[in-house]
Amino acid sequence: MAKKKTIRSIPQERTPMREQDPQVRAKNFEEVACGYSLEDALRESERCLQCPDEPCIAGCPVGINIPGFIQKIGEKNFRGAYDILTDTNLLPSICGRVCPQENQCEGVCTVGDSLEAVAIGRLERFVGDTALKEGWVNIPYIEPNRFKVGIVGSGPAGMACAADMAKAGCDVTVYEAFHEPGGVLKYGIPDFRLPNTVIDAEINNLKKFGVKFECNTLVGRLFTIEQMLDEMGYHAVFVGVGAGYPTMLNVPGDSLNGVLSANEMLTRCNLMRGRDFPNFDTPMPIGKRVAVVGAGNTAMDAMRVSLRLGAEKVYCIYRRSRTEAPARAEEVHHAEQEGVEFHWLTNPVAVLDDGNGNVRGMRCVRMELGEPDESGRRRPVAVAGSEFDFDTDLIIYAIGTNANPIMGQTSKLKLNKWGYIGADENLATSVAGVFAGGDIVTGAATVIQAMGAGRKAARGMKAYLGIRDAGLPYVGGDGGTLFGIDTRERNFARVRVA
Amino acid sequence: MKANAMSNFEIVAREDFSDVTYLLEVRHPLMAKAAKPGQFVIVMLNEHGERIPLTIADFDQKKGTITLVIQAVGKTTKQMQQECKVGTSLYGMVGPMGIPSPVSHAKKVICVGGGLGVAPIFPQARGFKEAGAYVIAVLGFRSKDLVFWEDKFRSCCDELILCTNDGSAGMKGFVTDGIKVALAGHPDVEEVVAIGPPVMMKACAEATRAAKIKTMVSVNPIMVDGTGMCGGCRVKVGNEVKFACVDGPDFDGHLVDFDDLMVRLQRYTKVEKDAHERWSESCRMTKQVGPSALHALKRGGQNELLELPDPFEDAPGG
Repeated sequence: MAKKKTIRSIPQERTPMREQDPQVRAKNFEEVACGYSLEDALRESERCLQCPDEPCIAGCPVGINIPGFIQKIGEKNFRGAYDILTDTNLLPSICGRVCPQENQCEGVCTVGDSLEAVAIGRLERFVGDTALKEGWVNIPYIEPNRFKVGIVGSGPAGMACAADMAKAGCDVTVYEAFHEPGGVLKYGIPDFRLPNTVIDAEINNLKKFGVKFECNTLVGRLFTIEQMLDEMGYHAVFVGVGAGYPTMLNVPGDSLNGVLSANEMLTRCNLMRGRDFPNFDTPMPIGKRVAVVGAGNTAMDAMRVSLRLGAEKVYCIYRRSRTEAPARAEEVHHAEQEGVEFHWLTNPVAVLDDGNGNVRGMRCVRMELGEPDESGRRRPVAVAGSEFDFDTDLIIYAIGTNANPIMGQTSKLKLNKWGYIGADENLATSVAGVFAGGDIVTGAATVIQAMGAGRKAARGMKAYLGIRDAGLPYVGGDGGTLFGIDTRERNFARVRVA
Repeated sequence: MKANAMSNFEIVAREDFSDVTYLLEVRHPLMAKAAKPGQFVIVMLNEHGERIPLTIADFDQKKGTITLVIQAVGKTTKQMQQECKVGTSLYGMVGPMGIPSPVSHAKKVICVGGGLGVAPIFPQARGFKEAGAYVIAVLGFRSKDLVFWEDKFRSCCDELILCTNDGSAGMKGFVTDGIKVALAGHPDVEEVVAIGPPVMMKACAEATRAAKIKTMVSVNPIMVDGTGMCGGCRVKVGNEVKFACVDGPDFDGHLVDFDDLMVRLQRYTKVEKDAHERWSESCRMTKQVGPSALHALKRGGQNELLELPDPFEDAPGG
């Protein structure tokens, strides 16, 4: 029996993760953070107190048994650690990299009360990467049932839902409009944060579970959700199509050449491999002096991609201060290290024209923070007479997205006033058998929140289909109602018409 | 990630209308069933290719095919002209995208197609005919050699006015002259639908503005995903910014800011030429000295850009 660990007996310093030198990495697309070595992982695993409260589990959107897998690492039983992780999370290599752990598991870690929190994300990544390297896959015994489940969108929400439904024995098909699966993980997050090889490996694992992927399929237009249920034999459908529609600033000069959304620039670079032009045919808009508007994770990605494409100057233009920036602290730090110039409390008022329809510069105004607004953040107010111009030849908007309209245009799904799909606490939509989750329900959020939504929808879907799951209380039951449907009647069509 | 059970996008027929214009008929039974007039697809030639939007020129539910008419203007469309033989397959084709053209209950309509725009106006003309309208087609080409689908239009239109820039077929003049002739004979025309190069659609919208005849146009800006995600295809319509891929591609021609559209289409023009020249050169070199030289050549000019080809850009008939 190992002796009980105390806050004094554990390694006091958090084990650093080796990173590429900022000067070097700002010129390549290799991963910035190199991951833990075996020694690093063993040392960091010692820092977990195995405390009885386990606040980290509650802090994790998918409820990973965090102390459990860390203990296995300490025992050098990496396969065991992987088994525990994959009980709840099939995509550890992805989550270990892109979750905002500081606001989740690590934010509530007991060690974090007095020292730096245990680096849970880095340990998760270590286990996930070890599994990919060793070729481990945990394929549970799956007893096929008669249910066919369709998933619309192959991003994090869709993948998480697909995994759970496949494990429950359903015949699962995931539809993707792009030519490759992965959604935002592929088109949005750059390789230096999340390599495509990692995503493809995780997708291959899902395929081993029996999940089918159909690309080049725009659901809503090629066939509708109603057709999936009525004609194609699907018993339930999950919609996880993401928010999509990028917001433009709505200032004069918005439509000039050289103004584009972060989505466009990242898609060209990541999914279409525009950075490998001309080996790949998709061109990249390249600027010498790039201004990125916004300070979320997407903005940080756009800035760091711009540096890697050879920009001499990259500016971050944000109307609030650093404290309010929505990006993960680590991303801001990385961008800063690589040479991004931050202009806090600065708001664009116009894009300036070179006379030929191209961007020449930007006019901004200084801001100061006033009273808190409805988001709880202090509202930025323009300082009178503080307008100034600066030179830039490429402007990237990373100021959020609106709801993608395709589902609303092509189905009877009820939308809320912002155009997102309305869903109840089980993530059931207004159409029986159709569930929705991720950004298309909540508006833009994080990868792990989308995964959490995918899993929650899967629970609702199983209840709807009457699949009894170990550990899942069967809501409904004989004579009860489930999402408004009398379960004895099982007449889903009747409700759908309503 | 090549797996795609939906279809392998096989090319089942091809027709060359001229040196630059060609037709591909691609097998996709599900899309043939779903497609409606005015919609478009996004095509990828190969794994390294770019995604290019092409308006659906026809669809055949019985054969299960989608017809595309393409003009070889940029690197991708020229490469497709060279490589897309019957029996080969496209790497990707997704659609039908966009909101279908609203085939209204207008009793008398003019369907205007200029150059390559003649192809996508066809399903609309047929749609109006099926809805019981009196359909007048005004088709514009640069010269007689470039004329295609005249018979196809005759079979579904009540009148056909053919215009060529040099007068080598039909009347001499632009499609706007054809519209004038049509309107002179039929002052009761309720709607005009025009598809072609932006400059032509702009002229058509101007030709009907004074008479306040409803005029719909189909815009074809640069796109990446075609699903509303990138915003590259945004166009100014009245006081609003619309995304052609999910809010269009059809808009009220009297409200579209065509000058803005034309400037935005030029985004990659300068570098498109370089990329295209490099590609043509590499084709010649492959023939002469083999692929190793091609490889060396491709490596050059990493920072240059390539246009997403706009098949309508240099289309004749405007």
